[in-house]
Amino acid sequence: MKKNNDLYEVFLRSIRGVDHRHVGSLHADTPEQALTYARDCYTRRSEGVSIWVVKSCDITASQEQDAESFYDPMDDKPYRHASYYVLPDEVDNM
Amino acid sequence: MSESGQAIFDRRIESEQKVEPKDWMPADYRKNLIRQMSQHAHSEVIGMQPEGNWISRAPTLKRKMVLLAKVQDEGGHGLYLYSATETLNATRDEMNEALHSGKAKYASIFNYPALSWADVGAIGWLVDGAAIVNQISLQSTSYGPYSRAMIRICKEESFHQRQGYEMMIVLANGTKEQKAMAQDALNRIWWPSLMMFGPHDSDSAHSGRSMQWKIKRRTNDELRQSFVDQTVPQIEFLGLEMPDPEIKWNEERGHYDFGEIDWDEFKRVISGDGPCNRDRIRHHKKAHDDGQWVRDALVAYQTKKSAASAA
Repeated sequence: MKKNNDLYEVFLRSIRGVDHRHVGSLHADTPEQALTYARDCYTRRSEGVSIWVVKSCDITASQEQDAESFYDPMDDKPYRHASYYVLPDEVDNM
Repeated sequence: MSESGQAIFDRRIESEQKVEPKDWMPADYRKNLIRQMSQHAHSEVIGMQPEGNWISRAPTLKRKMVLLAKVQDEGGHGLYLYSATETLNATRDEMNEALHSGKAKYASIFNYPALSWADVGAIGWLVDGAAIVNQISLQSTSYGPYSRAMIRICKEESFHQRQGYEMMIVLANGTKEQKAMAQDALNRIWWPSLMMFGPHDSDSAHSGRSMQWKIKRRTNDELRQSFVDQTVPQIEFLGLEMPDPEIKWNEERGHYDFGEIDWDEFKRVISGDGPCNRDRIRHHKKAHDDGQWVRDALVAYQTKKSAASAA
């Protein structure tokens, strides 16, 4: 029996100059095939000027249950935001 | 018949499209970008030193946390820019070597010492302020990864300038001594801040080419004028004296006039002979060498892990 083919994540750059954004995933046997399928599935209406495909298993992702240790340290640092510094109206345009 | 790489490139630049890493580009465009972007990255990282020296001496816990966060941001901005430069096939090691050998430059302002606590305020206000003027224009640079790094950096940078100016307001409205300290910082940091924009357009070696290629979007002198125009009212608001007696509103031009920069000093500092050039590079090398055992340990760990998973 044939083994399952790989899952690939698909990223599209909608116009030149912006970041690639994740749009979905698909199954394929090779990266080249994944690129062709991505063209067929995700750009039928000319969405995008560039496609990236990445094997899903090559993505290392943070886990929801680890969110605390990843993000909590940032919660008590409002001074990292520009709005923390209140300036008089005359000079508030910086 | 297929169009030449040069023709496609020229059309992209002409029509305000971004050039992306895998596109064909002229060798000199790549070289110019590597020079400018690595210089920009080095400036972020070397810029951590004058302010970093004050972290342990910040007058309050609040100011210490703010300064720590700012210096941490600068390190992050260096990383964004090094990574963007690596998309042009320049390696991190090459860039570090060029910095250490003096081949690569960084903003000359960071070769001046931060002598008093007020300097930390003035640096945030003036040096980050000048950097923002430059970086806003670079958001529309023609190289995609550089442009995107600039957008990210500008978003984060506004807090740097605001915390510096807020500190200046406090000092300028404090005791006589505090106000004098603010004035002294302004007087010393003003000129090197103006020098950050580089030589006059007529003397700038790379400007013409970079403007043509849209790597740079506004000239050194235009950017410098914008900075002066936005900063003079901020000096007035603080109730401090102008650091340059020639600063005067010019009705006809619709801009502030200002005095001539000491270009001999500029050349001296940029070519390695400023007050702190040797210290800055020595410190950077030492930090890099002191971190060698960490990099070695990471490689050893990785080697051990892949040996274990192969077994």
